[in-house]
Amino acid sequence: MSDRLLEIRDLKVTFGGLDALSGLNFHVDEGEIVSVIGPNGAGKTTFFNLISGLVAPTEGEILFEGDSIVGLDPSIVTSLGIARTFQNVRLFPNMTILENVMVAQHCRTSQQVFGALLQTKAFKKEEAEIRQRAEEVLGFFGHRLVGYRMDQPAFVLSYANRRRLEIARAMATQPRLLLLDEPVAGMNPMETAELTELIGRLRTEWGFTIVMIEHDMKVVGKVSDRVVVLDHGVPIAQGSYEEVSTNPDVVEAYLGRPVEANK
Amino acid sequence: MNARAMTLPRSAVDQDWRHVLRWGLICGLALVGLCLVGMPVELDRRALIERHLSLGYLFVLLVPVAMGWVSSTLVALEGVENRRQGLYDLVTGFLVGLMGGGVLSLLMVALDAWNLRDPLVNWSPQLFRFLTYENGMGFGAAAWLATGAVLGLAGAALHVVPAVVRRTTGFVVFGLFFLSVLEAAISDLSEGFGLESLTDWLYAKKGGLTVTSTIVFGLVIAAASLATRGRIKAATDRYRDMEGVERQKASTILFVVIAVLCVVLPMFLGKIMNELLANVGIFLLLALGLNIVVGLAGLLDLGYVAFFAVGGYATAVLTSPNSPWFAPELHFGVSLVFVVLAAALTGLLIGAPVIRMRGDYLAIVTLGFGEIIRLLFMSDWLGPYFGGAQGITNIPGVDLGFATVKGTDPRSVFYLVLVFCALAIYTSWRLQASRLGRAWMAIREDEQVAEAMGINTVNAKLMAFVVGAVLASFSGAVLAAKVGSIFPTSFMILVSIIILVVVIVGGMGNIAGVLVGSFVLIGVLGGPKQPGLLQEFQNYKLLIYGVLLVFMMLKRPEGLVPSARRSRELHQDEFLQDAWLKGDKLDDEDAADDGASVVPAAAPVGDEGGEEE
Amino acid sequence: MSTHALTTKSAKRLAAVDRFLTFIRVFLVALIVVGLLAFIWQQVDADNPFARWRNPDARGLTGDQFKGLLISGLSQGSMYGLIALGYSMVYGVLGFINFAHGEVFMVGAMTGFIASEKFAANGMWEQNFILCLLLIVLLAVFFSTFTAVLMERIAYRPLRNSPRLIPLITSIGVSFFIQNFVLGLFGPASKSYPRLPEWLSKQRSILTFEIAGTRLLVLVVAAVSMAGLWYVVERTKTGKAMRAVAEDKEIASLMGIDVNRTIVTTFAVGGAMAGIGGILWGLMFRSVTHMTGFLPGVKAFTAAVVGGIGNLGGAMAGGISLGSAESIAPMVILEPLGVPGVSQLKDAVAFTVLVLVLLFKPSGLFGERLSAEDRA
Repeated sequence: MSDRLLEIRDLKVTFGGLDALSGLNFHVDEGEIVSVIGPNGAGKTTFFNLISGLVAPTEGEILFEGDSIVGLDPSIVTSLGIARTFQNVRLFPNMTILENVMVAQHCRTSQQVFGALLQTKAFKKEEAEIRQRAEEVLGFFGHRLVGYRMDQPAFVLSYANRRRLEIARAMATQPRLLLLDEPVAGMNPMETAELTELIGRLRTEWGFTIVMIEHDMKVVGKVSDRVVVLDHGVPIAQGSYEEVSTNPDVVEAYLGRPVEANK
Repeated sequence: MNARAMTLPRSAVDQDWRHVLRWGLICGLALVGLCLVGMPVELDRRALIERHLSLGYLFVLLVPVAMGWVSSTLVALEGVENRRQGLYDLVTGFLVGLMGGGVLSLLMVALDAWNLRDPLVNWSPQLFRFLTYENGMGFGAAAWLATGAVLGLAGAALHVVPAVVRRTTGFVVFGLFFLSVLEAAISDLSEGFGLESLTDWLYAKKGGLTVTSTIVFGLVIAAASLATRGRIKAATDRYRDMEGVERQKASTILFVVIAVLCVVLPMFLGKIMNELLANVGIFLLLALGLNIVVGLAGLLDLGYVAFFAVGGYATAVLTSPNSPWFAPELHFGVSLVFVVLAAALTGLLIGAPVIRMRGDYLAIVTLGFGEIIRLLFMSDWLGPYFGGAQGITNIPGVDLGFATVKGTDPRSVFYLVLVFCALAIYTSWRLQASRLGRAWMAIREDEQVAEAMGINTVNAKLMAFVVGAVLASFSGAVLAAKVGSIFPTSFMILVSIIILVVVIVGGMGNIAGVLVGSFVLIGVLGGPKQPGLLQEFQNYKLLIYGVLLVFMMLKRPEGLVPSARRSRELHQDEFLQDAWLKGDKLDDEDAADDGASVVPAAAPVGDEGGEEE
Repeated sequence: MSTHALTTKSAKRLAAVDRFLTFIRVFLVALIVVGLLAFIWQQVDADNPFARWRNPDARGLTGDQFKGLLISGLSQGSMYGLIALGYSMVYGVLGFINFAHGEVFMVGAMTGFIASEKFAANGMWEQNFILCLLLIVLLAVFFSTFTAVLMERIAYRPLRNSPRLIPLITSIGVSFFIQNFVLGLFGPASKSYPRLPEWLSKQRSILTFEIAGTRLLVLVVAAVSMAGLWYVVERTKTGKAMRAVAEDKEIASLMGIDVNRTIVTTFAVGGAMAGIGGILWGLMFRSVTHMTGFLPGVKAFTAAVVGGIGNLGGAMAGGISLGSAESIAPMVILEPLGVPGVSQLKDAVAFTVLVLVLLFKPSGLFGERLSAEDRA
């Protein structure tokens, strides 16, 4: 039990009388990569919103490293070590790429007004560290986000690069748990393959534990230790990719009930 | 109209008549509006070129030029080869100007025939005399038709003539305009240097440039404009492209020059000019503070005047012996500590309830707070503490040991304000490039994501309120020391709005922009109560502020001196195209990547989790 | 649905700001409760020490005084309501605060003044008051509508897709412009409406309420206009188009609705309401200046927020609540607390109501009706 990084018990959330999630039990161990899959409307993004504190659950517990994080502000959740990306890529479009990543280190740094005004040693040191760390994180994605690009506004980036920058931004918050919401959506096969490999390296090189929502089964199969299938806000299956992909309930959720099953 | 026709110069007679008619009417109505508001008659008192041109006539004459220019502007269509501008556009401008003149002539006839003075206060014989050049109606009508047409034509011709001519004309006209507008400042300055003879030659006795000096200076400016063609741009480009040590060196030199000018120049200026500079400084300080709140953190605070009031009243209570309730008679410097505390506290008090509201509600609620604070200072309830409508008088100047800063010596006030402005500029500059500044920008871009990225948005926004409040309170303190008394009527909502106009016209989020904005608006037009260089504008400056605000929002929302970031934000499409062209050449491997980047920036807020539908 | 989910904030927050806000809430409520208690005490027994605690010369209000406050609050409030409709409709459809709407109201009042003065000059005002009233209402409605539509066309239409603060700032400029343009045209002097005929302005007694005929007229006209507007919005095709555009402009245009025309209609209807409000203002207070629109404008916006922005019934109800609150609260809450010169604080009370509503129920008393994107 000691290595449970995130544990969720009987989580339920209701929007206007509709259960978006009900009775969800879930856990992630330190160092795991878990994929959450499920058809559209299964409540996957709501699940992420709940963990990151954007939405408060109606019932249930979310424990991060054994402590409840229910009802905490998103910024506090992030500072505790949970970072996320967004399904529909939400960067700070008019800030430069470098600034996007620098600003994400807000909760790991502490300088206030007076440091900036007096240009104290501590301030300068911290700024240098922020910058160095930002470049380090951006460098993880090869040459795409560094060099002359660093000073360009984020909105000039291509779609794939925006996704990469968003992951970089999440990495810069120095999380222990990384929540990736459809990281390869909209990428071409080559880019997908590359990012899949990078997700693996996020664990091995950076030591992140990862929970990922993904529709691309190739990616899911390649990197996940465990797959959780949600349907209508309820987990219908859990296990390794092989187990899950042959589970009849899962097939049913995705493809509908086979005709002969009605007999 | 098909694409083929666009490539050819259009026939001069084949006009788009509806277009001409529309702009002609707009031109005419603008002229009539201008006349009925009373601007020409009132501004006629200010001569620009001896007896030949007054500010009043200039304003009227500008309208057909502007309309001629606008009506013949070519709407560039992407992907279609533009037609050449030529005779067609000249005819458009000519007709538009002619119609304007015609409408004005009709106004003249109406002025003569009916008396509508009762509701329309400017329906006056003076206006009639102004319009007829005191020469009878026939002459007036003929003159307006002719000048309207010629000026409309001139406006349109600006599109057709080569760029050099356009540039030179612009320089000459603006140069002469500033030379005559700055009459007071220049005579003042040249007196300071002992150059009265120059002034005598330059300006006529009754005001305005003399004819000879107009011609001479016109030629000088034209020559200068031709000589410097391209050089200024090259120099600024060179500065912009500098890097590292070289850039630092250039910046230092620039900074030292400006600093020395700021310190030395006032010594040669007279009282009136120094008074003007001191006023500009006070509003600049406010504008710099508001720039942090609105420009950096994106919080539209319409009640910013509240902090100005708190600064003023705190100083008054702490330093004046006439403070009705508590009069410790502290020294200005000591009181400043408490002023800062009071302002910061007010910032928190006003900030806390509004911080989670959406942007436009925040604007109105802060406006409400601004009014509440003024009403409270004015009320009988707090009258025993703050003097009610009588205010607090007899506020001493700032005793520095070797000198005293007080209103009767505006130069000293200017120096005091300069110190605070320097502080404010330094603060904005340093904060922009700090952890807090980045957090503000992130909040302005997307608050929810900023929060999800670990930024405590509540604290960051409150900080913006507090920093802005402290800067405004400095301004209030200087005002109190300068004027020597404080009344609730100095803190109308109007002040907030004028500062907002200054920030927006100058360029939101940009220190240089705010500087330019304050000098141009407060210096030339004047503050809410303070006259500017053009004192004749006193009655019309608010009208002009309104027009400017609308115009800037429609045509140039990034302001006169835009910050790079702000203009990016407002012109994303164009920037994207540039970046695409650049990226193609710079980076082969990613070319395909970049090709895909001509997609509008991130999707709007709020459709996160679209899959839940 | 998802947008709603994202704005749902968690219940358990630890930030200092929230504790402070709770403190403000408790403080304000306590203030109101104590004021009210002191007031009730005064009414029951003015010599009681608690009644005299803050306000030694407490007298309490007579029933007639109280009724008078209520009536003046109601009539003033229904005027706020009429203006608030314009704010609410524009906010509902375009999602921004048309700060210049107060000036539209002022244009109506000013037009009414000019026309009525002309009528008074040639004697028609006294001979045939009803006809004159109809004519000035028509003229005011015409000019207000014209102003509102023109301002939409020139200033707001080009900004339709920009960030929401941009049209708000523009509307501040428009407001400034109209104020000062009117100042330039008609001069700074305060203008007085001609005297109303005796039969209209005399006091009447209805259900034990002593009410001036003018105020009665205001209430009746406001009620009729509101009913007319309700009919237009809820029962006609134009109204349906307006509601559709408020919900989603793009989809509405795909459904064959002329979005531009609908938006113009919205401005026009809001302008017409403001014009009627302007005339009523003129009849009631009989004096108009170029600044007449500013405070009623801001207060009407407050009313719209109080009632729930985008909600037309709410705007009217909000106006009436705000009007009553600002007329009654100073006497009933502040005076018993020993605040001198309470009538000066009327406007401050109105703004405090705005803050109170936004602190306790940001979506207004009757709920807002906005499209998903405007709610963010």
